Amino acid sequence: MIETIGTYLQFPFVRYALIVGVLIALCSSLLGVTLVLKRFSFIGDGLSHVAFGAIAIASVLHLSDNMLFVMPVTVLCAVLLLKTGQNTRIKGDAAIAMISVGALALGYLLMHLFSVSSNLSGDVCSTLFGSTSILTLTRSEVWLCVVLSLAVVAIFIFFYHRIFAVTFDENFARAAGTRVEACNLLIAVIVAVIIVLAMNLVGSLLISALIIFPAMSAMRLFRSFKSVTIFSAVLSVFCALAGLLISIVAGTPVGSTIVAADIAAFLICSVLARLLGRSVS
Amino acid sequence: MALLSCKDLTLGYDGHPVLSDVSFTVSEGDYLCIVGENGSGKSTLMKTILGLQKPLRGTITFGEGLRQNQIGYLPQQTAVQRDFPATVQEIVLSGCQARLGRRPFYSREDKAIARRNLERMELLPLMNRCYRELSGGQQQRVLLARALCAAGKLLVLDEPVAGLDPLVTAEMYSLIRNLNRKDGITVIMVSHDLAAAVQEASHILHVGQHLFFGTREEYLNSDLAGVFFSLKGGEPA
Repeated sequence: MIETIGTYLQFPFVRYALIVGVLIALCSSLLGVTLVLKRFSFIGDGLSHVAFGAIAIASVLHLSDNMLFVMPVTVLCAVLLLKTGQNTRIKGDAAIAMISVGALALGYLLMHLFSVSSNLSGDVCSTLFGSTSILTLTRSEVWLCVVLSLAVVAIFIFFYHRIFAVTFDENFARAAGTRVEACNLLIAVIVAVIIVLAMNLVGSLLISALIIFPAMSAMRLFRSFKSVTIFSAVLSVFCALAGLLISIVAGTPVGSTIVAADIAAFLICSVLARLLGRSVS
Repeated sequence: MALLSCKDLTLGYDGHPVLSDVSFTVSEGDYLCIVGENGSGKSTLMKTILGLQKPLRGTITFGEGLRQNQIGYLPQQTAVQRDFPATVQEIVLSGCQARLGRRPFYSREDKAIARRNLERMELLPLMNRCYRELSGGQQQRVLLARALCAAGKLLVLDEPVAGLDPLVTAEMYSLIRNLNRKDGITVIMVSHDLAAAVQEASHILHVGQHLFFGTREEYLNSDLAGVFFSLKGGEPA
């Protein structure tokens, strides 16, 4: 099996896939803890559907580079979701549900009406479940992914203490003069960037799994914010690598294999937590 | 000069006042209790003091070199915190966030301040424990230690004994009393426990339909307290 993997590694597209996969998994796990604890899990889900809608529009408009259109649209929606969640009559979760389902429906409708390819359902399926896009990345897309992921990691480390403060207690942070709104905005923008990046890896429907599962697994086992964050990053990278390699060898779809690995890791962590007596109430 | 003086404050949301023409001053070393029924505007007043909300009218002035972000704030616990994976030390250290300025990380000095306050609240043995595994009283002590990291001179406590059992409540009051009397920290406490407020505080601010501000003794002799305690059945112990 190692030989098989060795053979595959000689192809540049497999190496690209591994590099990008590892970086995306690393980024997506970083903010998982914050999103879960702030009850923002569904923002990730909502945004990924928005990204799907944006991709549909991009392909209808025959844009050569999807990312340049999808990224700003998703970031804009992240900002809007955050604003509406705070101070309007439409409650946060309802707003997210409306935007995400709306974007999904309109996206598919657009792709259907202005179909540009002969294999519409194949296109839709790969956008939703990311079946092959990770293996068809161009060199420039790989570079874009690398630069953006490193930027996300750097920003996260730089703002780590503020993100912790805002996640644990917004009111206290506000009273201490921390710019809570700016921090929340930063979190939303980073999530949007991660989601657009992660669409390549697992497709838009499965992104939330990449964000939430490692964080939940780590929260079963660890007690400090720092160790939870570090462990979820390590676990996420490990699961992404395992998923990618298994899918290459066994010929299974990349995205769902990675998510399956994440689910398995979560189950193992839950069992371990119970054995170690660290049951989470 | 007063540490904090509020003059003719009118507070409320979206232009609807919930509290009108409140004036009071807090001097260094005072222990002020803000009491009143639910919905009387206690929390709104507290948020305004902390700068989380702007007053509709009136002014708040800080004296003695106190800045608004140097107030140590003990908020009520939120649902998020109950299953939060963080150690006691991480939480207490986050009390130093006002000191961060533009720096990304805490300095050695910040960590020393955190350690000092952990010690002060007798939390050193629990330092590496997870917050969600602590008892209610221990959690309040963690949040108080965090507030002390932020506070130079002034603590603002929002219902610090809510949800605690009588024994732990008494411990909490005695901790706060010590901070006030021994360490000279000025305390503003929002509470609906009038009996304890009268016992602990040096000054009382009663908000609601009738406004009162004065010392504890003045309050006990006022009609307001008389009405309240006769309803409750007699003088407080």
